[in-house]
Amino acid sequence: MLKIRVIPCLDVKDGRVVKGVKFLDLRDAGDPVECAIAYDAAGADELCFLDITASHENRGILLDVVQRTAEACFMPLTVGGGVRTVDDIRALLLAGADKVSINTAAVKNRSFVKEAAEKFGDQCIVVAIDAKSTGPGRWEIFTHGGRNATGIDAVAYAREVVSLGAGELLVTSMDKDGTRSGYDLALMRAIADAVPVPVIASGGVGTLDDLVAGVREGHASAVLAASIFHFGQHSVGEAKRHMAAAGLPMRLDT
Amino acid sequence: MSVAPTIAIIDYGSGNLHSAHKAFERAAREAGSDASVIVTDDPERVRRAERIVLPGVGAFADCRRGLDAVPGMVEALEETVRGRGRPFLGICVGMQLLATRGLEYETTDGLNWIGGDVAPIAPTDPSLKIPHMGWNTLEVRRAHPLLSGIPTGPDGWHAYFVHSYALSPTNTDDLVAVTDYGGPVTAIVARDNIAGTQFHPEKSQKLGLALIQNFIGWRP
Repeated sequence: MLKIRVIPCLDVKDGRVVKGVKFLDLRDAGDPVECAIAYDAAGADELCFLDITASHENRGILLDVVQRTAEACFMPLTVGGGVRTVDDIRALLLAGADKVSINTAAVKNRSFVKEAAEKFGDQCIVVAIDAKSTGPGRWEIFTHGGRNATGIDAVAYAREVVSLGAGELLVTSMDKDGTRSGYDLALMRAIADAVPVPVIASGGVGTLDDLVAGVREGHASAVLAASIFHFGQHSVGEAKRHMAAAGLPMRLDT
Repeated sequence: MSVAPTIAIIDYGSGNLHSAHKAFERAAREAGSDASVIVTDDPERVRRAERIVLPGVGAFADCRRGLDAVPGMVEALEETVRGRGRPFLGICVGMQLLATRGLEYETTDGLNWIGGDVAPIAPTDPSLKIPHMGWNTLEVRRAHPLLSGIPTGPDGWHAYFVHSYALSPTNTDDLVAVTDYGGPVTAIVARDNIAGTQFHPEKSQKLGLALIQNFIGWRP
């Protein structure tokens, strides 16, 4: 049986993990490769690096991080942040990323999703959707960290990018992100039920029960979280055992 | 001519070879093998290799075109794998290419080393998502050295899958293992010195490294 995936997400800036990560037994808590190795050992089902480096010139640093991670961790790696061109995607895949997440570039130019999926295959194109509630049962796409409204309906957009070849969607609630009050379950469910591809729920996890709800009520295939893992509040293994105890199919053989 | 202890991973422009390269290097080291692992698009180096790996990411037709675009590569594979019986492992689309035909977007001829078609997976439960993406267990249909020491079944180890199409072998003897996704889906095929996995051993942590080690020690 296919298992629910737990995906820790690391924000990487200029080649270093930001937001602080508190792992025991780490020589350098700011080194993304060391964090990746620790999460791998803890049973993470995939890893996500989000590059928040402001300038595009620092791309080489990220590629080096991806390359060193792929040498040490034999598990799937998704990389996002500032992916704008087919050459960006190719460089990340060649460095060792398995999937690439596209956000603003897809909002600006939908045909980029099609071009990317045709070139590299649907399975490695993740479209990241940042959405904010604009009324009951309605959500709108925002870009630039939630500052810029686009007027685009989130569910309609999700359907469109999937029809263009997105193999997976990473859905973040801008209302919930950082609040630790749980995922926006209505948003997750509205999108997960509208598309045939897997949805990763993101934004707002505060407790392990939030992860369970993301799957059970949000209909997500995978759950992504950052702070609950980084600050040592819960380990990935603990999260997976909690989800298994709640009756969800989890991979516990690591 | 003696055979160099080399594992050749074929580079035909398909996807990420870096992690496959590193996973095979690590598995070789852990298996105590002195084999060197090379990534190559040179048919002569493939001819001299002791073991051959065909990875593949993307669409069937694209991968087939990519393989055909490397001058002499298909001939080198036919000669070395089918002719001389060197151990061969296909991964994901590299495994699907073993089939008679691929039906993704268009009908494309495969290598026809394992008879059968590569068709869309069609789970009995329509709510199941496509692609089949993530960790799943293996159910063995016939014992095979590649699975030696690897716990299988519902409580066994997990392999990482990401695919929307699967190879259905015409001859059921070619089917080594399946995985369950709204019904059985081909996970491992093998015939003589030829094997293929639908999942990605280079991304499947301990199951993957164990399987690669088994491949490195396989004497078909």
